[in-house]
Amino acid sequence: MNLLSLGIKSAFIDNMIFAYFLGMCSYLAVSKKVTTALGLGSAVVFVLGITVPLDWLVQEYILKEGALSWLGPKFADLDLEFLQFIMFIAIIAAMVQLVEMVIEKFSPALYGSLGIFLPLIAVNCAILGASLFMVQRDYTFSEATVYGFGSGFGWMFAIVALAAVREKLKYSNVPDGLKGLGMTMLITGLMGMAFKSFIGIAL
Amino acid sequence: MSTETLEQVVVEKQPQEQLFSKRRRRFVTDPLNDDNPITVQVLGICSALAVTVKMEPTIIMAVSVVFVIVFSNLIISLMRNLIPTRVRIIVQLGVIATLVTVVSEVLKAYSYPMYKVLGAFVGLIITNCIVMGRLEAFAMGNKPWDSVLDGLGSGFGYAWVIITVSFFRELLGSGSVFNFKIFEAIHWANFPTMGLMVDPIGAFMVLGILIWIQRSRSGYVEN
Repeated sequence: MNLLSLGIKSAFIDNMIFAYFLGMCSYLAVSKKVTTALGLGSAVVFVLGITVPLDWLVQEYILKEGALSWLGPKFADLDLEFLQFIMFIAIIAAMVQLVEMVIEKFSPALYGSLGIFLPLIAVNCAILGASLFMVQRDYTFSEATVYGFGSGFGWMFAIVALAAVREKLKYSNVPDGLKGLGMTMLITGLMGMAFKSFIGIAL
Repeated sequence: MSTETLEQVVVEKQPQEQLFSKRRRRFVTDPLNDDNPITVQVLGICSALAVTVKMEPTIIMAVSVVFVIVFSNLIISLMRNLIPTRVRIIVQLGVIATLVTVVSEVLKAYSYPMYKVLGAFVGLIITNCIVMGRLEAFAMGNKPWDSVLDGLGSGFGYAWVIITVSFFRELLGSGSVFNFKIFEAIHWANFPTMGLMVDPIGAFMVLGILIWIQRSRSGYVEN
């Protein structure tokens, strides 16, 4: 598949939020202000863009059936796929820690704005979800990289758009029971309908 | 089995507290309504919506989540004094990931079609915020039997919400309940099914309305 069309497809048509509900927890919790939403969004793009290709390497050279054949013929028919979840989550948690340290060291300003969100990303289902989808869909290494960045960008797009709507929503009179989560759910539904229009685009 | 021996230890130490004392019953009943993990605490929505197109996978998902919450709560609660606080997140994730791997292997062995339907979403129980949230907020500071009850409460609170959502989505979206074509059975063959309900959008709408109903009954207002 063409890499550009895969990128557009993963960002808009197969949007993490509107098509797969991934990363909903932080999507709902951190979407009250546009600036914080943008901060969390860029952190997610960053971590997704790194972990998905990294998980691809692990899957291809360690976990897959026969993947360990590079160690010698004795290992040729080993199948470690049952370790997939533990390996992936460990890589994600480690990467998040590493990214946090690197950013703290080289860009204190960015660290200041992302700071609290970085640890949260380890339990963002969009990250683990993207890695699991990458395995399901048999992407190549370059496709996996594009997919990671594309879906991260789609997630950021969605959370920033929702935050913009919620900032305006402060001024409207919402029924008591719908305030907060209920209204956010309905808005997300409406935004999802808008995103449906991307489906018609043939890539 | 292990829970039964544990609860006896607790009872022996504190003979005044019963196994299902009032305080403990509240661990189970609170998350069902007033403190529901999905509709009030806004946790675990990630995987909750993706599997609710049909009722059958939803129930499998609910059972898996209850299993993972209860046992990870129990295990972390047993180890709570041994875990250094600095590395607790990775220990918690390790325990959860192991339990989810067990669920996934069991599904693969005994119910392969269901495993195919749920696909990546079984793995996503690991990042289900309810599980992490209960470990962090409860199991790290409470006794094993209390933690098991707390896990049951949160698990059932999650289960009834996603089962309700899936009931409406399957009824309105596919015109069936548990794959049984209910409208054809009552000779209403041209029942207008809504494509929107099969779509993710339907899940957002149904859950939004469910939250509205639940919150106006309980009087909870978010500011």
